[in-house]
Amino acid sequence: MDGAVPLFSMQGISKRYGGVRALEKAELSVTAGSIHAILGENGAGKSTLIKVMAGVVAPDEGRMLLDGSEVSFASPAAANRAGIVCIFQELSLIPELSVADNIVISDPPKRFGLIDRKAQRRIAEEALARAGASDIHPLALVKDLPLSRRQMVEIAKALARKPRILILDEATSALTATDVAKIFGVLKRLREEGLALLYISHRMNEIAELADQCTVFRNGRNVASYAAGSKSDSEVVELMIGREYSHIFPPKPARHGAAVPVLEARNLCWTDRLDNVSLTVGAGEVVGLGGLDGQGQRELLLAFFGVLRGLAGEILVDGKAVSIASPSAARDGRIGMALIPEDRKTEGLMLPMTVRENLSFAALDRLSKAGVIDRATEQRLIDDMVELLAIKTAGLDIPVGALSGGNQQKVVIAKWLMRQPRIVLLNDPTRGIDVGTKQELYQLMRKLADAGAAILFYSTDYDELIGCCDRVLVLYDGAVKRELVGAEITEHALIASALNIHGEGAGPLQGEGA
Amino acid sequence: MKDWRYWLAEQRGTLLALGIFVAMFAIYSANHPAGFTANVVQTAANKGVLLAFVAMAQTLVVITAGIDLSVGMIFTLTNCLASWLVIGTGLETAFGVIAVLGTGLVCGAINGAIVIYGRLQPIVATIATGAVYFGLALLLRPFPGGSVNEDLADALTGRLFGLVPASLVALAVVVLIVWVPFSRSELGRAAYAAGSSETAAYMSGVPIRRGKFVAYTLAGLLAAIGGLFLTFFTYTGDAAYASGNAYTLFSIAAVVLGGVSLFGGKGSALGAIFGALAFRTIGDLLFVFDLDPLWQPLFQGVILLIAVSLGAFALFRVRNRLEWFL
Repeated sequence: MDGAVPLFSMQGISKRYGGVRALEKAELSVTAGSIHAILGENGAGKSTLIKVMAGVVAPDEGRMLLDGSEVSFASPAAANRAGIVCIFQELSLIPELSVADNIVISDPPKRFGLIDRKAQRRIAEEALARAGASDIHPLALVKDLPLSRRQMVEIAKALARKPRILILDEATSALTATDVAKIFGVLKRLREEGLALLYISHRMNEIAELADQCTVFRNGRNVASYAAGSKSDSEVVELMIGREYSHIFPPKPARHGAAVPVLEARNLCWTDRLDNVSLTVGAGEVVGLGGLDGQGQRELLLAFFGVLRGLAGEILVDGKAVSIASPSAARDGRIGMALIPEDRKTEGLMLPMTVRENLSFAALDRLSKAGVIDRATEQRLIDDMVELLAIKTAGLDIPVGALSGGNQQKVVIAKWLMRQPRIVLLNDPTRGIDVGTKQELYQLMRKLADAGAAILFYSTDYDELIGCCDRVLVLYDGAVKRELVGAEITEHALIASALNIHGEGAGPLQGEGA
Repeated sequence: MKDWRYWLAEQRGTLLALGIFVAMFAIYSANHPAGFTANVVQTAANKGVLLAFVAMAQTLVVITAGIDLSVGMIFTLTNCLASWLVIGTGLETAFGVIAVLGTGLVCGAINGAIVIYGRLQPIVATIATGAVYFGLALLLRPFPGGSVNEDLADALTGRLFGLVPASLVALAVVVLIVWVPFSRSELGRAAYAAGSSETAAYMSGVPIRRGKFVAYTLAGLLAAIGGLFLTFFTYTGDAAYASGNAYTLFSIAAVVLGGVSLFGGKGSALGAIFGALAFRTIGDLLFVFDLDPLWQPLFQGVILLIAVSLGAFALFRVRNRLEWFL
């Protein structure tokens, strides 16, 4: 591998969006038969770099060489033809079409000029099998699949295009642990087949397991390249954020006795997704929801927030039974609940509207007098929030879609904090967010709890649950299988109970099961 | 093994439209003084087929998440043109038919070019082009008139073997040579993809622009086939503003009845055809019950509302309120 001519290289690539520099003379070279990890905070230029490679945006300057000759891509299709295929963080699947339609979408097999459905079915089944997802039916519509399955389809789709260079941008962030293991197997096999893989992830343990070579980006430049394993995690994180990195997680306060329960659930049942869930969250407590993705955590949060119909069981707030019929009932009056949703782009924000408008949405009733919005109060509250959460924006009147992922998430949280909620539900709020912003969110969560809020926090990242939560409830198949308190919250305990493996401190996990 | 379930789910809208049509037509023919005879079927087919062609045209554009408010005017324009050109010897008539259909293609292509390359909103763009097409129609036929090759007209509006309405056969042929290839071609799929999620389609390297352009262009062609048949039925050309507009609006109703999503990416022209036939039958129901024709629009509106509501019943079964918005 060493000394080999790089399969693909980028030299002096720069790109500006308006006044903002996304890339500044960035360099990258990729060799065949290796996995190259790209690290960096959000806004470090990784996404732009990939978009340039994949033909989505054209660079302002610089050149790209493929097999030693200069290339440029006018569109994603042109990059695909050259063998560069990207699995984007924002899914590129078409919801109303079937899985098989999606897998062959960029180059459907044809007979007599028309799409050959039999061949299409065969290609789709092969690709799904190659991605380790043969459980997905090729005729199912993509919109009917849960997020983690869609991501598997996305990977199968990329493989069906027979890439030479495969780019995975946060491709595992929506996946369950079982799927991640499968995908890693697939990626390693592809490496042996001689593909070049570019892997972007915020999960350090994934990079440690997969990568051969790492490149760190900061402020639009590549600041370091090194062989994987030659630097410690904290050295890498320092390179990424450019400053000393300490105490990601704020200290947990010592507990004296049981907290006063604020939110309580008794025997919640809903269709086949929730099975007799009972829990309490006390004032000042951060309670985590763990388990594999899709075990009912999302439904549980939606149940509290009044989104589900036909919910059986009781919800108590401050010890009194309440019936919450809609999100607007959940946020009002003595309940004072807020939900930070899973998908900020569709459930959290109105992307084309301004930062200001987005911040005010959840609190419009409080900001207005006789139905008219009081601009002065609004401005004051918004200023407070921008300061409290350190939201980086070029102004309050730009579309919120123009902010980076981390700052968008801060806006989603800020819009709920404008109501000073007493109960905060968070649905995987740090997905696809850079380390720096994550750290700020952890501190914010603890600060809210210290001020007396009850916090219910679902995360797919075990480190977060360990670092942030006073207690963790592990869900499996819609039921709470285990409660871990304080020092019991360890990675081993979380994984074991997530896979519903019985026996305390049992030896190595048995198989991938589940 | 569950393949048929997926097929059924995909065809639900079309089958529902077929069901509504069969029910309506059963009521209609059972109460018709002449009953279910070849004559009754032929008259109903000839009326229904016109709207069916225009609804097919509308479907193609709606699949791309657009809307074509000029279909009724292309229909009117080609009717007026046909009343000048589709006449004379066999060769002249053939030339006339080709010219009429070509005009439809050009009208559709202009719509497509403006929407896709000019990046205008389909609603506004097609209101404007629709007005232009009507203006041309008016210049061609300031007063109703003209004529058509009656041999051809009678052949296409009569019955085959004394039984099957020729217009229905023509409709089936058009489905086979326009809709089936389109829906199974790469460009057809591109049209669906663009309607469902244009960004995802772009990111996947789908030829969105060509797909949409073909959809708009074929919509023009289908509307022109409708215009041609109108000429065959009436033997004249008539630049009637109200009728053109009514066809545009009814085509949208037929498309919705046929299970085509106005948000794009979903539905089939077959559904829209059944939707159109059902809608026509609803309009004619009054006559078999001997009610005052004054009641027709009101009655038609109410039945349409009820029929569209059928599709909304699924909402009662939604347990997760977020699915209301999907």
